[in-house]
Amino acid sequence: MSQAIPVTEQSLSLGQRARIWWTFFQVAINERLVYRGDFMIGTLMRFLPTLTQIFLWWAIYDVVAQSGSDSIASYRYGDMVAYYLMVTIARAFSSMPGLTKGIANQVRNGEVKKFLIQPIDMQGCLLVQRIAHKLVYYLIATLPFALVFFLCRDFFIDGWPSTEVTIVFFASLILTFLLGFFMESAIGLISFWFLEVTSLTFIYMLMNFLLSGHMFPLELLPESPINVRGFVEFLPFKYLAYFPAAVFLGKVDGPEMYRGLAIEASWVLFFIIISRIMWIRGVKRYSGYGG
Amino acid sequence: MPVIEIKNLSKSYRVYQKSEGVMASIKGLFHREYKEVHAVSDISLEVEEGEFVAFLGPNGAGKTTTLKLLSGVINPTSGTCSVLGHVPWERKNEYRRRFALVMGQKNQLWWDLPAAESFRLNQHIYGITADEFDRTRDELTDMLDVTRLLSQPVRELSLGERMKMELIAALLHKPDVLFLDEPTIGLDVIAQHKIQQFLKHYQETQNNTILLTSHYMKDISALCKRVVIIAGGEIYHDGSLEEIVDRFSSHKIVTLQMANDRSLEGLQNLPNVISVEAPKIKFRVDRDDVGQTLGEILGLHDVDDIVVEDPPLEDVIASAFSDAAQQQKSQQEAIEANS
Repeated sequence: MSQAIPVTEQSLSLGQRARIWWTFFQVAINERLVYRGDFMIGTLMRFLPTLTQIFLWWAIYDVVAQSGSDSIASYRYGDMVAYYLMVTIARAFSSMPGLTKGIANQVRNGEVKKFLIQPIDMQGCLLVQRIAHKLVYYLIATLPFALVFFLCRDFFIDGWPSTEVTIVFFASLILTFLLGFFMESAIGLISFWFLEVTSLTFIYMLMNFLLSGHMFPLELLPESPINVRGFVEFLPFKYLAYFPAAVFLGKVDGPEMYRGLAIEASWVLFFIIISRIMWIRGVKRYSGYGG
Repeated sequence: MPVIEIKNLSKSYRVYQKSEGVMASIKGLFHREYKEVHAVSDISLEVEEGEFVAFLGPNGAGKTTTLKLLSGVINPTSGTCSVLGHVPWERKNEYRRRFALVMGQKNQLWWDLPAAESFRLNQHIYGITADEFDRTRDELTDMLDVTRLLSQPVRELSLGERMKMELIAALLHKPDVLFLDEPTIGLDVIAQHKIQQFLKHYQETQNNTILLTSHYMKDISALCKRVVIIAGGEIYHDGSLEEIVDRFSSHKIVTLQMANDRSLEGLQNLPNVISVEAPKIKFRVDRDDVGQTLGEILGLHDVDDIVVEDPPLEDVIASAFSDAAQQQKSQQEAIEANS
């Protein structure tokens, strides 16, 4: 037999595990930095939809003003702009471009085998990779973000929130990142059963767009004849955009804020469990059928 | 105890059958017909430590499926198998740290990054100590002559260079068992030769167990003492390369260099002449008749030189494949006749 096997004990030590993920993290960052130009442009382009939204609402408030009102569902124009900027931040954490499709492609073209052959976990890899990508993104996006916020500082009427709210806000951002990741990876893992997940991704995108508060504040959703506003409370989507923004802007506070945070954390846990089960069952199915 | 022990291993899966055309596609929306495909049926095999075994067989014979079963990518339909004392499809980490699978058509390296980074990642995935890692990497890159390419993005390497990197990535943790699925596919003759030499040397020094599939006879004759022919998911032959030649080629090729053009006279009319380039003639002779035929010719003609050789390996293997196909067909017919 060839020489001593480097690791013979049953499981790796915590330190060794940390080393694997740390190396993976570094490699992912390096990979991300390869395409500098594409990355810069992609980062800057993100502001374009936000800008068009701001102009659109400007026009809408203009019309509303003619009827003698200055607010829509308790949002004045300044609130609306502030809301959009905060949603952009929340979505910078929760959106996962290419995750679903990436998983589906790996399943379809058999690259997923790598994770059956090598002693390494696919979801862990993707998560570390995603964290690396996000960090690189924030690094580059911080400057333009800061500039936009500086220009729009007057729209934040209440100024910077209290320390308590700020902490909850950051906690909700980290949770929204995890929620986005595990939700989308669960959708990607459906490809173990249906090879094509484009239409599912589309439905998810649409729901996300309308029900997360990405398109408009959830207060604008109708309560009658069907109580859509109430219904949305039972869905995980609102934690992807609306909730962090609402926390920051003081739309939810006190016990309700903590309750929201707890529900967000529960959704994260729910999707971690769901996607783990899907992975285990998916691999079983995959290896049972061939490929 | 054998390193690899396969007993009555079978793998079949359902494949969706669709006939051509739009109507058939629409029908497929409501009702699908499936066909059972027996990719591997009832294979038994034992491989000892340090053996270098080739899997030979036509496309779709079940070679890759067998390798996938052995590396735990897929579960079998029935049968048992143990590699290094582990059941592959349990996918235990202890097993996964001790083997490697290299597929000639699949890429495991990070496409946009230098190979060195992928190697570093593997170092940690397989828990290789820094010293050990440096030593193995330097040794392997040196042997394959790719040290200078280590810091170049993988996407900018040629196919041959990339294949070498793939091999290195798979060998860093010194796997006790190595599965190679067409490692030289698409490579030019020089690169092929280089990889053959490397594998030969590597296997001799490490004494690990290697299973290889390839369509290049050169790979097989250079590397493997033992050849397993798989056809239609069954083992058709298991033995040395020489045995295959003995079994599947009924004749030898004789080349005669005559003293002068005149001595050729009469020989052109022999049956089974392959080519005549005066004063040289090449022809096929039945194995059993070689002595007698040559004796007769030598008695009558002026011969300068004689070469008696086996037909090219490609031809022998081709006839083995068609033999196997024939056998399977008659088996099938027998089954159908009985039912």
